[in-house]
Amino acid sequence: MSTAAAPVPEQQAARPAPAAPSSSPGRRVLRRRAGRTGQYAALLCYLVFLAFPLLWLVSTAFKSPRELGSVDPTWLPRHPTLGNFRTALDEQPLLHAALNSLLVAGAAALVSVAVAVPASYAMVRFRGAVSRAGTGWILVSQMFPLVLIIIPLFMVLKNLHLIDSRPGLVVVYVVWTLPFVLWMLQSYVRAVPVSLEEAAAIDGCGRWRTLRSVVLPLLAPGLVATLMFAFVTAWNEFFFALVLLKTPEKQTMSVILTHFTGAEGAADLGPLAAAALLATIPSLVFFALLQKRLVGGMLSGAVKG
Amino acid sequence: MIRRRSLLGGAAATAAAAAASPLLAGCGSSSGSGAPRLDFLSLAWQEESVKANKALVSQWNAAHPEVQVRYVQGSWDDVHDQLLTSFEGGAAPDVIHDEGNDLTDFGSGGYLADLTGLLPAATRARIPGAAWDMARFADGLYGVPFLQEPRMLIANRTLLDKAGVHLPDAARPWTWQEFEDICKELSHGGSAARYGVAWPMSSPVSVTLNLAVTTGGRVLYATKDGRTQVRLDAADSAFPELVRRQVGADRSAPSSALGMSGGEVLPGFFAGRYAMLPLNLSYRQQIAQQAPKGFDWVTLPLPVGTGAPDGGRAQGVSPQTLSVSQSCKHKEAAAAFIDFMTQTPHLVQLATGDWMAPTGTDALRDPALTTDKLGWSTGMAVASHLVASPALGRRGYPEWSDKVATPALQEFYSGAISLESLRTKLVRDGNRVFDRYRS
Repeated sequence: MSTAAAPVPEQQAARPAPAAPSSSPGRRVLRRRAGRTGQYAALLCYLVFLAFPLLWLVSTAFKSPRELGSVDPTWLPRHPTLGNFRTALDEQPLLHAALNSLLVAGAAALVSVAVAVPASYAMVRFRGAVSRAGTGWILVSQMFPLVLIIIPLFMVLKNLHLIDSRPGLVVVYVVWTLPFVLWMLQSYVRAVPVSLEEAAAIDGCGRWRTLRSVVLPLLAPGLVATLMFAFVTAWNEFFFALVLLKTPEKQTMSVILTHFTGAEGAADLGPLAAAALLATIPSLVFFALLQKRLVGGMLSGAVKG
Repeated sequence: MIRRRSLLGGAAATAAAAAASPLLAGCGSSSGSGAPRLDFLSLAWQEESVKANKALVSQWNAAHPEVQVRYVQGSWDDVHDQLLTSFEGGAAPDVIHDEGNDLTDFGSGGYLADLTGLLPAATRARIPGAAWDMARFADGLYGVPFLQEPRMLIANRTLLDKAGVHLPDAARPWTWQEFEDICKELSHGGSAARYGVAWPMSSPVSVTLNLAVTTGGRVLYATKDGRTQVRLDAADSAFPELVRRQVGADRSAPSSALGMSGGEVLPGFFAGRYAMLPLNLSYRQQIAQQAPKGFDWVTLPLPVGTGAPDGGRAQGVSPQTLSVSQSCKHKEAAAAFIDFMTQTPHLVQLATGDWMAPTGTDALRDPALTTDKLGWSTGMAVASHLVASPALGRRGYPEWSDKVATPALQEFYSGAISLESLRTKLVRDGNRVFDRYRS
């Protein structure tokens, strides 16, 4: 009997549930706040981690050669100077190179997205052997290292008289980025409800009209993201530009930046940092301009349940 | 890097085999129907050097309207891959500024013109035989060595004076033994530890091979039948053993500097953590630019090995070269341009711009380069003893260096493996690599 009765008080004692609700609102708020603070702290750490290289680049760009040679590097320049920017701009045609990069990267991004939109739509909506083969090709093409294709590509371009020309470089960048751009856009196309297209079809829209008037507006965030990816990839690309462009006036920013480095790791660090900082500005501006559209597009794509 | 190089080499071979021959015919030189135009790929990168190169090209163009030269700015980054792709695609620059180590592959690959019959006698007379040896492989001359840089000791004069160290000069350099003793004297532990020397070994193979020459070694030897043989005898290992002793036993060199490049050890040098740095001659430019105000530094000759030929003054070096692409349509004009670039006053101009030493005998004696300021005279005195790096002309060197020697030497210098293990890796594994390159 006693053994049977014994668990009862223990169970009661071990049941804290009734007491918890009385203190829960305050504690819950506290706990939520602590959780939110932790989340923000983690986010801050992540942001610092991401931003550190850029911040250090900014700091280096404004330091004098003597400060750069100091054994105790400081976060902020002790005597900020614009000398590195002056040297960089005097020594190399940075503005001209930036214009070249802008033209090449912009054209490559626009062409690759223009090609990828109908292609990705067809691959998602018309499932079949061709679509499967196309998807397989995309995956396989990502596995070829650049160095394996550069010489054959060089020879093809030479036959087409596209060596040492910016349009030639645009063609290469389109070919190089297209597989990933297609892959990216496919996921956005897949997210567009088929029911919307069916509704458009009932209203008398043909396939092209549906694509233009229904699918494309909903793809806006995807298009912006893909455009940014293609632009940044082409903007940062170095080796194709190095090999394909010989005329100094046609060289792009990434190639010009290497002119501040010498053999065995030697580098003119201050002007290099200043030039690299200038080189990041167009990417940042491009992102800032399109960011609003990216978010807006995400919201416009929402469908009521 | 080797993986990339091997891949690119493989791709080059495949593409070359697959490509239709008309594709390559008639490519290369960028001349039009009128006056020939030569593309000159220059790797000059320091401001003064770029200016000097561009000025010389302008001077040539003004004096030779019949052959115009276009200055094409290149970069040391990826130059090997860039050139290989251009050669294979038949669109290489006509005149190429590169480094001696690259000539071996490009020369034996048939990408570069043999300059033996192209260069005027005056050019050949201007540069001494030891320098020509740096660009002559397999009975062909594939470049004109025009700039070179020995390794020097850059020292904190204040620290050396305080310690009562008598500074050596080019006529009487320290022996390696004296250097080791002085480094011990200059070193002390504690919270503000100071080291007699810091060895920046981000490229341990070239340093080891070139400085092994100062102790009478080579590491890479040519056999009578032209093969490459790796050896690590007493003369070959004397230099690596010294560095290992300084880092491990004497504590007169920090292990932390072993993975650094020359530029990365400079802040520690300026802060007085290291009393001396063995650096290439051109680093003086960076030191002059970055040293704190009042920092007193001096350029000293590198120590010598007592039993070595030339009194141990000879160091191995891979010079900067000017070559002519095999696909160039106007090889005589290209050779004439190289002759122009390597005339004594122009060599002096280029050497000054790059803070390096010229190869020309007269240029080495030029008053502009033999001034005592900024260590120029010491540098020129040491430069007159330079010989071809043991790596030059050795087919398979890039692969041996990247796959075998670099990791083995890094392990040895850091104390992870013994001298015996180093010998096994360098010699046994190395000879296997070089055997594959026997033609």
